[in-house]
Amino acid sequence: MTFETVGFWVVAAVLLAGSLAVVLTPNLFHAVLYLAAVLVATGVMFLLLGSPFLFGVQLLLYAGGVVTIMVFAIMLTERLVGESIRQTSRYIVNGAIVSAAVFVGIVGFLLQSPAPAFPPAIASDTTAAIGRALVGPFVVPFELLGVLLVAALLGAVYFARTED
Amino acid sequence: MGLHAYLVVAALVFSIGLFGVLTRRNAVGILLGIELMLNAVNINLVAFSRFHADLGGLIFTLFTISITVAEVAVGLAIVIVIFRVRRTIEADRLDLLRG
Repeated sequence: MTFETVGFWVVAAVLLAGSLAVVLTPNLFHAVLYLAAVLVATGVMFLLLGSPFLFGVQLLLYAGGVVTIMVFAIMLTERLVGESIRQTSRYIVNGAIVSAAVFVGIVGFLLQSPAPAFPPAIASDTTAAIGRALVGPFVVPFELLGVLLVAALLGAVYFARTED
Repeated sequence: MGLHAYLVVAALVFSIGLFGVLTRRNAVGILLGIELMLNAVNINLVAFSRFHADLGGLIFTLFTISITVAEVAVGLAIVIVIFRVRRTIEADRLDLLRG
């Protein structure tokens, strides 16, 4: 058992347990906290796959930004006292059947394909390679991403503003 | 670890997220499920990028992460507006457009 194998199974266990907690816990606020754990575990998964830059992006944007605005949305839409923050689910059996069918479909597809060998790393430093690619062949989508973020920011402010 | 181990874990997370989207009543809960599904896809992209030694997967993951953040910001703004107008964000009761 190498360090990477042990790390993978630990992270996978945290990821799956956290995901189940996100969809099953009745308290929505707790669900967001479990989602934060899942997002950090995903970041560690990126680290195991040899891209520390994406680990940093995942922590900053997801675990930092998305979780924070989720918490804000819950606080703005739920009355924190009383029962309203607890919520029940519906169609649990149907949902379980559909998701199990999707999972079986994906795994069945995977079993038909051969597993590729573990190749040597792309570059010694993937962060530098990503940086060069972003200002090289991917510069137009990169700039469009900036425009999209400004548009999303303006849209969110426009929607959430008060009338007066 | 082989590529298939990563893909199976990602498929499990995707299915769990789908279950959340289908069963949650609350609109914020549905958004949480969508987040899980997008994360599973990101794991797939990074795993493929590593095992095929191609940088494209990492760049694509960077783009999906940023676009997801934009999507969540706009989605939650819409949820807040709906809450202001209807005083509820239960998806079952938002049937204004029902024919």
